[in-house]
Amino acid sequence: MPDYIAWSPEQAVAVIAAEADKEGALMPILHALARTFGWIPDEAVPLIAGILNLSRADVHGVLTFYHDFRRSPPPRHVVKLCRAEACQARGGDALAAHAERTLGQKIDAHAHSAGGHENVSLEPVYCLGLCASGPNALVDGRPHARLTADRFDALMAETVR
Amino acid sequence: MSLRLYVPGDMCSVALGADEVCGALAIEAAKKSMSIEIVRNGSRGLFPIEPLVEIETAEGRIGYGPVFPEDVPALVAAGLFEGAPHAKRVGKPEELPFFKSQTRLTFARNGITDPQSFDDYVAHGGMKGLNRALELGPAAVVEEVLQSGLRGRGGAGFPTGIKWKTVAETKGEQKYIVCNADEGDSGTFADRMVMEGDPFMLIEGMAIAGVAVGATKGYVYIRSEYPFAVTAMERAIETARERGLLGRNIGGSAFSFDMDVRMGAGAYVCGEETSLLESLEGKRGLVRAKPPLPAHKGLFGRPTVINNVLSLAAIPYILAEGFAAYRDYGMGRSRGTMPIQLAGNIKNGGLYETPFGVTLGDIVNVIGGGAESGRPVRAVQVGGPLGAYFPPSLFDTPFDYEAFAARDGLIGHAGVVVFDDTADMLKQARFAMEFCAVESCGKCTPCRIGSIRGVETIDKIAAGEDREANLVLLEDLCHTMKLGSLCALGGFTPYPVMSALTHFPEDFGGPKARLEAAE
Ligand SMILES: Cc1cc2nc3c(=O)[nH]c(=O)nc-3n(C[C@H](O)[C@H](O)[C@H](O)COP(=O)(O)O)c2cc1C
Ligand code: SF4
Ligand code: FES
Repeated sequence: MPDYIAWSPEQAVAVIAAEADKEGALMPILHALARTFGWIPDEAVPLIAGILNLSRADVHGVLTFYHDFRRSPPPRHVVKLCRAEACQARGGDALAAHAERTLGQKIDAHAHSAGGHENVSLEPVYCLGLCASGPNALVDGRPHARLTADRFDALMAETVR
Repeated sequence: MSLRLYVPGDMCSVALGADEVCGALAIEAAKKSMSIEIVRNGSRGLFPIEPLVEIETAEGRIGYGPVFPEDVPALVAAGLFEGAPHAKRVGKPEELPFFKSQTRLTFARNGITDPQSFDDYVAHGGMKGLNRALELGPAAVVEEVLQSGLRGRGGAGFPTGIKWKTVAETKGEQKYIVCNADEGDSGTFADRMVMEGDPFMLIEGMAIAGVAVGATKGYVYIRSEYPFAVTAMERAIETARERGLLGRNIGGSAFSFDMDVRMGAGAYVCGEETSLLESLEGKRGLVRAKPPLPAHKGLFGRPTVINNVLSLAAIPYILAEGFAAYRDYGMGRSRGTMPIQLAGNIKNGGLYETPFGVTLGDIVNVIGGGAESGRPVRAVQVGGPLGAYFPPSLFDTPFDYEAFAARDGLIGHAGVVVFDDTADMLKQARFAMEFCAVESCGKCTPCRIGSIRGVETIDKIAAGEDREANLVLLEDLCHTMKLGSLCALGGFTPYPVMSALTHFPEDFGGPKARLEAAE
């Protein structure tokens, strides 16, 4: 699991200020917050809006548009399983069903930490660019290719616990 | 002197265990008190032999692959450091038929050089394009690109030279070069391989674009699913600044050009150029209506060249060797080479750069070796999630923009995804609609709502509910999406859906399609 620090408005302001002078600074700011804290609480919205001189609605609109930004605290581990066509053609659906069964949760982009294994969130990703070697996944940001049910189980035993 | 080895640092090789292989090699070398140096090259692009370990010998580089971490001790014991025979020894990689039959213009250095070594880049022909561009001057550079016949590799196939000419002729204090590295299409990875395996080539291409149109600032917008590419580009940009490829007075000229990396955030639609520009501006990725064209009013309302990675990566070669060297490859109005990406259930998956004109059947069966599962190939999706599914009866289609369009398909970014006979084409059609629903930017109703109705309708067909009526409804829906969508996400989703229905009606409960025999 990446080393995130606990949410703090003071730290957040420092992170935002460090990016604020860039052209089109909002995306770099959101990424920097996500990298630092692992999530972007709604509390961050007025801080960003104030520094960039935008309306809260604008910032909220951007924050919620993109799949990547988490708005609740991150789970300990994130498993992103590729669900796109080239991985489907290589047995991705069967692996997805196996992963859902063993982790006791549905693959869901928005249910971070909901149900099932309390430590893991099982999420979809649409292509990792490893499409000749699927099925593929990112586990806590690390890529894994040619996954089988057995290799998936071994990986979970190693990382998730 | 220490022994030099090459083990790719490319994301796919790492996903297959390349980092652990490096660790194991270091341990074995230490046991033998040998000094080794491991270069993390890009992948040469044949993934069934990755991780490919190469040893530098007097006769050239000798490869072993695929080498998994647990293979290393035995391989070293068998004489890997000396290039000794072994079942996993593939010999000189460039002599493998898969590589030997390619025409690598854009991918000439990939897998061979150290991607982060600027000296290596220059020693292998890098910077020749920029230097010639600086001698020629802006107008002549635009003319070279026009004459090369290069068409945009991101999907639409628009002539790159015309785009540059428009931006060059548009007045503006500040102009931009934006590189579209969103590469969201399933089955594609050529952009990723360029950025990880030969990043200076992309930087050089962007700098040449800047010189040509009078832009001093560039951005490369990379999808967040490509963390290795982000790091590789950031490092290479730093080096390029130190070495005078970026910054003030590039290459000792009067021109200035600098660039930065920006990261996407998991939205497929941000690959659409105007949505990408919105995202770069810090907004939601809503597609803009055109006109105005980005060439007139692009990033922050300023004249902007936006090109795919492969379009910009082709530029250094065109400038270095002259437009004719590039233009003389290809067929019809598709000039030059295309880095085709062989993906899905295929034996020889990887990157295959070749002049336009090769048939789909040759790509899949001869070069690709057919399905990896050993079963018959049933369908091939070309051009990503918005591309059509072709049956083997259409395998005589040559790789050419117009030839694919004539058969209700598209080349797109040249991803070729192979499915064997276990594929359920109704399921694939359903996925196309579902993907559209998940990724729609929400601006137009036919895309936003139509795709959700599409999923429901296909579910009803699958359940055998009012089949005939629902098939008519599905076709109507596709028609409406095609005509009523602002961009190709809603507008082209009908391609995979309708092609599945047309070529594989039996999966929708109908009689088999008549055209089956050809392959
Ligand atoms: C939904 C959608 C997604 C797209 N995704 C990409 C992409 O990931 N990369 C890309 O280069 N072009 C993509 N395009 C095409 C771009 O809109 C645009 O045509 C391209 O960036 C122009 O560059 P080129 O002329 O060099 O191809 C996409 C288009 C649509 C409609
Ligand atoms: S077709 Fe879909 S993605 Fe494209 S602009 Fe319309 S709603 Fe947005
Ligand atoms: S489709 Fe799964 S990595 Fe590309």
